[in-house]
Amino acid sequence: MADVPSDAPQHCPGTSSEQAGKTSSCQGCPNQNLCASGATKAPDPAIEEIAVKMLSVKHKILVLSGKGGVGKSTFSAHLAHALAGDSNKEVALLDVDICGPSIPRIMGVEGEQVHQSGSGWSPVYVEDNLAVMSIGFLLSSPDDAVIWRGPKKNGMIKQFLRDVDWGDLDYLVVDTPPGTSDEHLSIVQYLSSAHIDGAVIITTPQEVSLQDVRKEIRFCRKVKLPIIGVVENMSGFVCPKCKNTSEIFPSTTGGAERMCEEMNLTLLGRIPLDPRIGKSCDEGKSFLAEFPESPAALAYRSVVQSIQAYCLSEGTQGESAD
Amino acid sequence: MVGILDVDLCGPSIPRMLGVGRQEVHQCDSGWVPVYTDAQKSLALMSIGFLLEDPDEAVVWRGPKKTALIGQFVSDVAWGELDVLLVDTPPGTSDEHLAVLENLKKQHKVDGAILVTTPQAVSTGDVRREITFCKKTGLSILGIVENMSGFVCPHCSECSNIFSKGGGEELAKLTGSIYLGAVPLDPLLCTSIEEGKDFIQTFPDSATFSAINIIAQTLLTCLQNS
Repeated sequence: MADVPSDAPQHCPGTSSEQAGKTSSCQGCPNQNLCASGATKAPDPAIEEIAVKMLSVKHKILVLSGKGGVGKSTFSAHLAHALAGDSNKEVALLDVDICGPSIPRIMGVEGEQVHQSGSGWSPVYVEDNLAVMSIGFLLSSPDDAVIWRGPKKNGMIKQFLRDVDWGDLDYLVVDTPPGTSDEHLSIVQYLSSAHIDGAVIITTPQEVSLQDVRKEIRFCRKVKLPIIGVVENMSGFVCPKCKNTSEIFPSTTGGAERMCEEMNLTLLGRIPLDPRIGKSCDEGKSFLAEFPESPAALAYRSVVQSIQAYCLSEGTQGESAD
Repeated sequence: MVGILDVDLCGPSIPRMLGVGRQEVHQCDSGWVPVYTDAQKSLALMSIGFLLEDPDEAVVWRGPKKTALIGQFVSDVAWGELDVLLVDTPPGTSDEHLAVLENLKKQHKVDGAILVTTPQAVSTGDVRREITFCKKTGLSILGIVENMSGFVCPHCSECSNIFSKGGGEELAKLTGSIYLGAVPLDPLLCTSIEEGKDFIQTFPDSATFSAINIIAQTLLTCLQNS
């Protein structure tokens, strides 16, 4: 049964919830007895279906942050671009930010459509070896809002994992919204029989970000998701005129470096602020291709190399979540 | 008398930003007592941050549980008499937003929403969808604020548009909303917030304060007129 059946009431808790059939909203729902009996809480068959699908995906990387606005989508997009820079590698970027799908614009494929075929939904190709899927492609207008509660978002994520015809992939990068809620639980749950290499956690230097990012790290440990490492984004700004550095988002508590030391994590790198990054994203271009010698591009590449090294040696190195 | 209700359950930043990060919430006959930032009780706060024993504890809740707590925050907090209740929300158009709006509307008049964007298109692209959320739920839009709007180098005074320029104003025009103004990037503001200090008391002469003040005054006029 769908997680939120089409005949369910407005506040349906979801058929796989512990509250299924038992909440006040369930009164009068035609599925109430079925849900209350526990039949709908059997393991979701989609988990095995997704596991089979994911056999053709060598490496899966989640990009997470507890905090909004730190540059997850920007990072995810450029990680995907960098990995696809090797034309022998097949790369895909899955955007599970259901309410704020930025990936189509950042990848320069806003307005593209998704097609259905016998083998499932076909993703949108940015390059021959770089595919993208986002709810953004399913919305007909840039003003359309996705006003969905958790269970419906979960259903969409399940479809993305099960029904998209990715083909054989070397890397699947998953961009997430900020937080530790439905989207994050669902991604981990639906991939629970597949193998996730790990999570890359994005933060900015200030404590207000780190405070939320520590929660994200706890989430990862709770759900036994390995953490590849932490990226400190927006780490300093060099004035183009006088070349002095300003710490716009100051690290009053030691930044990501101290947090990584305290929490036994790898600091993958620091990426400085550069106005050309935002501009590239707005224009749907790869900042790495446009400004390859810039300090930020070099920082990105170093981080990507560390992530690739982790994925390739994974199983013998890296943090094991406990 | 102002209240701030923080419904960002996964990432509650309000307690730290207002210097009350380690407070606890107590019960009284009329419900939960909010946390006050000063002896005069001019600013009252409620946040899940006050309910966590361990500040690093993750709130790993699905939508229905978040909805339930937000309902309690709206109906069971003894705010007392308030002139304004501000509600800080996480990004998105989902459980938290629907929950707080539905619960507020049961007992209160909701004046409207302020939408915050940064200048670049990737940001305004999402805020357009938030505007649609407001329209669909019958929530008036009080106006749009463009945050992180330029950075003036403290060494040479050159202004850099780190997150592009002009998107907030364009968005307001495109959607027929009021443009409330722009707030620049200011490391002093960031540091104040980090340390839970009152930026407005510490830096009353700054351009950033002036920008925030103009927006606040415009809003107050709007609220008084409505």
